[in-house]
Amino acid sequence: MNQSMIDIHMQVMWNRLISVVEEQAQTLIRTAFSTSVREAGDLSAGVFDLEGRMLAQAVTGTPGHVNAMAESVAHFIRDIGPENIFEGDVYITNDPWKGTGHLHDITVVTPSFHHGRLVGYFASTAHVVDIGGRGFGPDAREVYEEGLFIPIMKFFERGELNRTLIHIVRNNVRESDKVVGDFHALAACNETGHRRLVDMLTEFNLEDLSLIGGFILKHSREATLERLKNLPHGSWSYSLDLDGYDEPVHLAATLTIGPDNVLVDFDGTSGMSRFGINVPLVYAKAYACYGIKCVVAPEIPNNAASLAPFDVTAPEGCILNAKRPAPVAVRHVLGHFVPDLVLGALHQALPGQVPAEGASALWNLHMSVRPVSDQIGGKGAEILMFNSGGSGARASLDGLNATAFPSGVHTMPIEATENVGPVIVWRKELREGSGGAGAQRGGLGQMIEIEAAEGFSFRFSAMFDRLGHPARGRDGGLDGAPGGVALDDGTVLKGKGLQFVPEGRRLVLSLPGGGGYGDPSRRPADAVAHDVRHGYITGEQAALYGKAEGKA
Amino acid sequence: MVKDSPRNCRVGVDIGGTFTDIALDIDGVLHSTKVLTDYAAPERAILKGVAAVADLAGIALSEIDLLIHGTTLATNALIERRGAKTAFVTTEGFRDVLEMRTENRFEQYDLNITLPPALIPRADRFVVRERMNAAGKVLLPLDEASVSAVVEALAAGGYESVAIGFIHAYANGAHEAAVRDAIVKHLPHVSVSISSEVSPQMREFERFNTVSANAYVKPAIKSYLDRLVVSLKEIGVSCPVFMIHSGGGIVSVESAAEFPVRLVESGPAGGAIFAADIARRHGLDTVLSFDMGGTTAKICLIENQVPKTAKTFEVARTYRFRKGSGMPISIPVVEMVEIGAGGGSIASVDCMRQIRVGPHSAASEPGPACYQRGGRNPTVTDADLILGKLDPDNFAGGAIPLSIAASRQAMADDIGAVIGLDPEAAAFGTCEMVDENMANAGRVHTVENGKNIADFTMITFGGAGPLHAARLCEKMGISTFLVPPGAGVGSAIGFLRAPFGYESVRSAVFSLAGFDVAEANRLVESMEVEALGFVEGGLDTGEPVIERTLFMRYAGQGWDIPVPLAASRFDAGSAQKIAALFEMEYERFFGRAIEGLDIEIVSWSVKASSPLPPVARVAAIAEGAAVTPVKTRRLFEAAQGAFLDAGIHERESLRPGDVVKGPAVIVERETSTVLTAAFRAVVQSDGCLLVTRT
Repeated sequence: MNQSMIDIHMQVMWNRLISVVEEQAQTLIRTAFSTSVREAGDLSAGVFDLEGRMLAQAVTGTPGHVNAMAESVAHFIRDIGPENIFEGDVYITNDPWKGTGHLHDITVVTPSFHHGRLVGYFASTAHVVDIGGRGFGPDAREVYEEGLFIPIMKFFERGELNRTLIHIVRNNVRESDKVVGDFHALAACNETGHRRLVDMLTEFNLEDLSLIGGFILKHSREATLERLKNLPHGSWSYSLDLDGYDEPVHLAATLTIGPDNVLVDFDGTSGMSRFGINVPLVYAKAYACYGIKCVVAPEIPNNAASLAPFDVTAPEGCILNAKRPAPVAVRHVLGHFVPDLVLGALHQALPGQVPAEGASALWNLHMSVRPVSDQIGGKGAEILMFNSGGSGARASLDGLNATAFPSGVHTMPIEATENVGPVIVWRKELREGSGGAGAQRGGLGQMIEIEAAEGFSFRFSAMFDRLGHPARGRDGGLDGAPGGVALDDGTVLKGKGLQFVPEGRRLVLSLPGGGGYGDPSRRPADAVAHDVRHGYITGEQAALYGKAEGKA
Repeated sequence: MVKDSPRNCRVGVDIGGTFTDIALDIDGVLHSTKVLTDYAAPERAILKGVAAVADLAGIALSEIDLLIHGTTLATNALIERRGAKTAFVTTEGFRDVLEMRTENRFEQYDLNITLPPALIPRADRFVVRERMNAAGKVLLPLDEASVSAVVEALAAGGYESVAIGFIHAYANGAHEAAVRDAIVKHLPHVSVSISSEVSPQMREFERFNTVSANAYVKPAIKSYLDRLVVSLKEIGVSCPVFMIHSGGGIVSVESAAEFPVRLVESGPAGGAIFAADIARRHGLDTVLSFDMGGTTAKICLIENQVPKTAKTFEVARTYRFRKGSGMPISIPVVEMVEIGAGGGSIASVDCMRQIRVGPHSAASEPGPACYQRGGRNPTVTDADLILGKLDPDNFAGGAIPLSIAASRQAMADDIGAVIGLDPEAAAFGTCEMVDENMANAGRVHTVENGKNIADFTMITFGGAGPLHAARLCEKMGISTFLVPPGAGVGSAIGFLRAPFGYESVRSAVFSLAGFDVAEANRLVESMEVEALGFVEGGLDTGEPVIERTLFMRYAGQGWDIPVPLAASRFDAGSAQKIAALFEMEYERFFGRAIEGLDIEIVSWSVKASSPLPPVARVAAIAEGAAVTPVKTRRLFEAAQGAFLDAGIHERESLRPGDVVKGPAVIVERETSTVLTAAFRAVVQSDGCLLVTRT
């Protein structure tokens, strides 16, 4: 049983490699300063072979980073040049087109040496608290306004810190301690991965990753192709209309499933916006792959081979293939709709497996809180909250209330948020009646009310969608409730861009609900009665189900 | 309180899912028994077991000086959602905190994921107008009208128990207490729990869930404990009864009835204390306990003979033991890493043609294929049998005959035929995967605690622990493991070794820049009063030991690390000293400290415990000759990838000083200790097997 022993040995090593990158990710969470990394899991970590192919990736992380980072290491190898790669080096970039889509994401790559030979790379990505420029928001007209652009370069060379880079960063970003701290956290987590890899190579008596890498890629490729072979082959199209910044945006996709590949073409999608809601293709591709993989191959781990059959094209200069110097700071908003877009097409190929549309884009709220007068002397703060609306109903299950999809982030406790700076969150609870009616009901959105503490006011950067374009139901299910942005005195605010909330006023956010699935009249009477009793729907809404309030 | 008797007799009782274990220690001599757990009236099994064990020891029930009890009843009530009709009262605007959780999906790729429902459904959640800020100052005074409305609704709803959780109540619990008073005044029969007492830690979801869990199990636990004390008295056991809590200490039944959520996970805590006691007797400072049973394996770090504790944990995971799929409980707890890996864990082949093990388990019914009780899936136990680690005719003392043919068939059907392996290779793959999963979990856990796993000594117990320990040690680089005797009732024995102890944990953010000395002293003093209050109800075993720990981080980080504090009170120089301690710990965890950042204290812990009586160190033993095995069996040697002849030894027949060389299997009723070729065992004077790598 010699060959089978080797095979089992390989399986053990594959498991180990996944554990190595998980440890890498956990180290990042523990040492990061960025709220979005440590509290919300907005990160990714992985190990790559000599050609820059990803072999394993931590499960911890969010899809936009996960799949985008997969492509970044090849850029690093090309730009640094193989002849310039030394033991003790660490590389860095925030190039939106070579990293993960906007300047706030820092990607750090560390070459891993064993017995003096280069054996692979560790890469990690994290969203930092600030990168200079206008701050996190969609208002810039060019990427130059969005902050400091760090092309692929050395952060450490042979163990020596690039002090020039750090000097420039410190003088260009707000909260520079935390930003520089996160650069180091990224390098440290790669270092953890590297040390674990060396332990593993030593234990298994391997000189490099070629043997195990070949095994991983072969099995992943075969498993993925097996899945594709069994899918219906053909082309299907779908489109979405969304709020955009100052004018509505049309997203279109044609999904073509062949025997050995899946192609998504975004032809027909709107051109670029003048504002920072544009999406570099690498980020759109990341979410397209994620959406399709959820249905087609959810349990196959992410690596170069399992992602290879998925490809994406888009006309250059469309809003999902934005070119430099387009502003891209809040590329996540449209990026988060890409799964809804491709899943809408996939639904036609595989009915019954795809949820209705959901709120989809996170309602990230970035607040800059400032004292109203110099006499008060209180300290202001930059505060970031992640909030989620409702997800779309599934064929046999209701949508999820106030739960992130497709993003993988967590929300922060409001008690932690209020410890960060002078704000009061007065309300954060489910938004009754906001789920789209259906045989399966869409998930509820949520209501949030926030006020600056006494003596303070705040401005915030709105990056909210689905105010004018609610999540659509599927197969007879009704739409979810649209979102809303206002002050507590009734003043209506915009869904995108920088706005002001004076002292004593509350910002009121009504997050959208998910779409329903199937004709509401097919919802069982006891489920409707349950929803009324618990206040998930109102008594009047019970009529949408063709049933009298609470009884039926 | 201890009777003035020449003999000291203590009884430990652990109610588990299948068995109720009883251990009796009379002047250092142990007797134990197991009886089936009685779900309808758990105290009946205790009475039966206590009578049986007293009989074994030859003592009268009245001679028992102390009874210490641990139970999974609270845990089971949460897992099975069998609790009181409970309402939750919270701050207006936050009715759905329990339901919204972290707004996250714990499995990214499952479109049909379901999240665990809130412990208390929406219709049973009520709000009152009130608000504290993060500093504990009143932003909105308690609105009496909304309190009255809630009290009326509670009366109308016929609730048995009420949980109260207000925003920032960890900083100021006055409003919670006022609402409790209002409820108790109008509804005296209703049991009320408030978050500022049950779990004064920041993070509303965790705290609210913890107080809800407390309220949810409180009526049933209280009634059970009342019945237990009365019925023990009726059969002549009139000694004090104490409860073991999740933090590994002992509290009075009265405290347990008030804060029953602290009983969750007390059984596993007993196992860790058992291992800690063995560590003391053997003078081991760096120990990893490894307890592997039928469905899960549990790993705990024990440093300087104290099990490591955490401030929060998760129970009732609903999705493949996945982190985030259960209920968070914020109370001091012996920290366990639990993996869905046990003897009953089922092996299968995934879409990448890789062998996967668990988390599904064949449990004890239908059980592994080799039990021949209808189980058709290959399990870890089947793999162990095929590889020669188990004796088919001598499993559970021969009570369950095992069929190798059935194991081979299951392994061939589900694994071998799918990926072209013979049953032996499939069994080897199964064991390698399950051992690898456990080794990875152990490695990650030690790294998270800033430690290197190779420096640890393992203490292993549970039905499957000693079967897998040697290979696990090979994978983790550990060179020594101990297999104590009596491991089958380890938790119950552990209860007997636990100190009276209580840990008070509170969230309160203090910056070291501008450290408020007076406020810090006031906080620590009040926590000491709280912790001592629980301990002083215990036995008079000497001046309590007080340990203070600060949970600290750089301002802006989210993860805090524990920093033990030597001083009992703070003064002007404290901030600087604490900063230095923090930086030292930070370096230990993460490699290097960061200059120029503000440092803050996030949470505080004060633990009071009775000093443990000194134990006699196990004397070093002169090694005798290697014992000749009574018989041999073919045993698969993973490191060599081949079957070797292994000596089979009866543990009962081994004497202190005896040496057993691997490859070998040492068989006892409840488990078997497998020695790979790299290991040898020496029987210690206390009966422990000390197994070292040669």
